[in-house]
Amino acid sequence: MATFGVIVFPGSNCDHDAYHAIKHVMNAEVKFLWHKETDLSGIDFLIVPGGFSYGDYLRSGAIARFSPIMQEVVKFAEKGGPVLGICNGFQILLEAGLLPGAMLHNEKLRFVCKNVFIRCESTDSLFTRDLEKGQVLDIPVSHGEGNYFIEEDGLKNLQDNDQVLFRYTNADGKLVKEANFNGSVDHIAGICNTQRNVLGMMPHPERAMEKVLGSQDGKIIFESILNSLSVA
Amino acid sequence: MYKAKVTVTLRPSILDPKGKAAHHALQNLGLNEVQQVRIGKFIELDVDAKDEAAAKAVVESACAQLLANEVMEDFEIVIES
Repeated sequence: MATFGVIVFPGSNCDHDAYHAIKHVMNAEVKFLWHKETDLSGIDFLIVPGGFSYGDYLRSGAIARFSPIMQEVVKFAEKGGPVLGICNGFQILLEAGLLPGAMLHNEKLRFVCKNVFIRCESTDSLFTRDLEKGQVLDIPVSHGEGNYFIEEDGLKNLQDNDQVLFRYTNADGKLVKEANFNGSVDHIAGICNTQRNVLGMMPHPERAMEKVLGSQDGKIIFESILNSLSVA
Repeated sequence: MYKAKVTVTLRPSILDPKGKAAHHALQNLGLNEVQQVRIGKFIELDVDAKDEAAAKAVVESACAQLLANEVMEDFEIVIES
């Protein structure tokens, strides 16, 4: 059975949400990994969770990137190990250079905490293989710096290589301007690397796992991941 | 010992919503002469290096690796002895 590792930085606050989602909703093995650890043996899948690592000092994710465990995360990812960065985790993966681009403050400067709709743009990844292209998910966001930015050439690379896995849309899956609440380039909510084993996304699928929390749409992402790991 | 003064600013092509909000507030104060506001960061470092060039090299490395994210920010360094 696959074992998940959830990294804990000083200031992580969605580490327990991720742990709960994996352990109690998906009934899979999971353990916490303190950011000072450097031993990832026995871990099949890494989650870099949301929160405010190091108080978001300097820039979100900028300091966490230098935590001892991040060197190992980079090695793990380069060897093809699957990594999911959620929210602050996405910001850390950008700062660590595992994904291209950067995060600016939300266009309207507000911290936005609400459920939004995201559309699956590609099923060609271990994170989205059980979804349908164009499928709309109802997933919460909770961030102040989620305005994804990349230069034009970089954006073209993302598009040409089918690296955009999720975009912000309305409930009908349309790319209307109002749906892009944080001002991200090309409505981008989540991207993967060219090897397709690292996903960064601002929305929180681990907070949409149980009916009592309003939406269970995050589950299909974890089902995709578990199904990919069981055949690997 | 050298003192390095680093200014980190968003690249000109990038919208600066904080600067825009501050500009708007300045207009509300009647300071209509202000045409644009860009907000950045100011960082001071004390650097122990053998000469000014060596100090600058250290600070450049600090900026490129940590203090600025060159995807979206520019930095300027002034070294004082």
